[in-house]
Amino acid sequence: MKVGIQGIGLLAAGLEGWRAGRAVLACTEPFAPVAVPDPEAALLPPNERRRSSDCVRWALHVAQEAIAQSGLDPREVPTVFASSGGEMGVLDTLCRTLAEPERMISPTLFHQSVHNTAAGYWSIATTCQQSSTALSCFDDSFAAGLLEAITFVCVEQRPMLLVAYDLAVPAPLSEARPIATGFAVALVLAPPSDCSLAGMHLRLDEAHQDEPTGLVDSALEQVRQDNPAARSLPLLRAIATGGSQRVRLSLLESQQLVLDLDPCRN
Amino acid sequence: MPPNAQPLTPLTLTAYTLVTANGRGVGPVLQALRERRSGLKPCDFEDVPLKTYIGRVEGLEDFSLGNELDRFDCRNNRLAWLGLQQDGFMVAVAEAKQRYGAHRVAVVMGTSTSGILETEHAYQARDLAGSLPAWYTSRYRYTHNMFSLGHFVRACLGLRGPATVISTACSSSAKVFATADRLLRAGLCDAAIVGGVDSLCLTTLYGFSALQLLSTSPCRPCDEDRDGLSLGEAAGFALLESSQCVSRRGAVALLGYGESSDGYHMSHPHPEGAGAIRAIRDALGRAGLQPRDIDYVNLHGTATRVNDAVEDKAVSGIFGLATPCSSTKGWTGHTLGAAGITEALISVLCLKHGFLPGTLNCKRIDPTLHSRILRDNDVRPVRRILSNIFGFGGNNCSLILGTLR
Repeated sequence: MKVGIQGIGLLAAGLEGWRAGRAVLACTEPFAPVAVPDPEAALLPPNERRRSSDCVRWALHVAQEAIAQSGLDPREVPTVFASSGGEMGVLDTLCRTLAEPERMISPTLFHQSVHNTAAGYWSIATTCQQSSTALSCFDDSFAAGLLEAITFVCVEQRPMLLVAYDLAVPAPLSEARPIATGFAVALVLAPPSDCSLAGMHLRLDEAHQDEPTGLVDSALEQVRQDNPAARSLPLLRAIATGGSQRVRLSLLESQQLVLDLDPCRN
Repeated sequence: MPPNAQPLTPLTLTAYTLVTANGRGVGPVLQALRERRSGLKPCDFEDVPLKTYIGRVEGLEDFSLGNELDRFDCRNNRLAWLGLQQDGFMVAVAEAKQRYGAHRVAVVMGTSTSGILETEHAYQARDLAGSLPAWYTSRYRYTHNMFSLGHFVRACLGLRGPATVISTACSSSAKVFATADRLLRAGLCDAAIVGGVDSLCLTTLYGFSALQLLSTSPCRPCDEDRDGLSLGEAAGFALLESSQCVSRRGAVALLGYGESSDGYHMSHPHPEGAGAIRAIRDALGRAGLQPRDIDYVNLHGTATRVNDAVEDKAVSGIFGLATPCSSTKGWTGHTLGAAGITEALISVLCLKHGFLPGTLNCKRIDPTLHSRILRDNDVRPVRRILSNIFGFGGNNCSLILGTLR
């Protein structure tokens, strides 16, 4: 199965935006992580932005960057949102409230607790009425989202926006699911004829003696291991460095996504 | 239908199983449908004092998964386990595994809240420093994480193909059919286990209560005095295979599906049902069918004022005033992330046994609704059914199921 990558959005400490992130991943700039300021998420109306969760702002921010780069109309692009735990901050607040005797939870917070909150806010902000899926595959959520997106592009022969995100988990929930820093990435994928950033061929392989691809830079490798959405880093690095490259992403213990990257001719 | 979509090769439901408040397995569920026996009872879940009715599955409180699966133990996975044990489902999956190989069978599950009840309990059991108990933190991955259900089902069935959990609120376990179809068509698997499980928890009970969407009586879809939904819990699974690979005649199959978004509001449907209309039309297009080819519409029909009115607008706009429609939530309650598979499998029972369920608890049909809403059960041959599911975030999915000739 082959797709073209038409747009990339990226947000993480030291990787603010694809342009800056590409320079770091191609080793032309040093990786210097500093705390990310609250993302602009300019698509959201101010009142929605104020009420929205961190996940929503991070996810929409990278989605907007990727879609702008693709030049596509977001109303025409179906979406997949992949996250290991989704709205962990909202769930923390809800569970605290449900542990109090009155259990008076906020209706807004409740409808913001669903796994498809970011997907819903994106479709509302863009008035997109296309198919939208939110999924999880624990640590392999990025790979599962990528598989869903590439399969969709190849079967339906139309572009798709993939957004993967996981944010730092607040205490005490972090005792159960330690994720130290936030990471969000978005890819616009399309049938290969529309290739603009890179072409990518996917094969699903049984788990292999070859390890999933990691990163040489130990600080970046630490980010990759900390955050499920950051499992996208080897793929992003391959795109940033260019040339023909193979990336292996783990999909559960039993399978791997084998991604062969090719630079675009045009 | 989207511009480039190909008509669907029907996917056969080779085996299926369902557990709801009406009973364990499709037999008891069918019997309850025929006898018009609701599974809804006054809320007796844990210590919850809310004045509402729930569709609780009996016996989950005293249940053991056994040592090997102990780390997965939570209400949601207990319910999943109960579902897997019914209707010879495990045997059918074992045969498919034998036929295709464990790597060639995918698992695509849907849930909205997964094992969140464990986290709710853990927060109640925090120590003085505010830390969560160790029994919980070591098992978060296997219980509350959204993928837990997929992990559990895969482990129970010994499968090694692609797996994912879709969580788009109420539409979760309808959308699993669409994802499974794409995996099959792309050649990434030869069979797929689709399904969904959602179980009662404080988050949804108090959440829908806060939204003032819980009825104080058993829910009454399409009734002029309807005043909200009743929550339920369910587990349902189906084994999907391409109809080109298994014998077709008389088999029940997925003929089409449509997925869409409202792009309007997180918890209110689009006032004109724009997303619902798009999902229904997409499903018809993919199945290569016209509205007149559909014999019955299983409505989302939650019994909230707004849902039923907007859905009626969409359905009557497409199907006119003659196609029979009903909601089965008066039997099961709204099983949220499991509603898609629950109502898909109820539709399968209607196709297999030639009957249409009337809308249980609907005494006087809301005169502002235009669709032909069935109040009483009807016995007649049925060939094709459309089932609607609409969820939070404005996430919609319609499925078309039918009998193959």
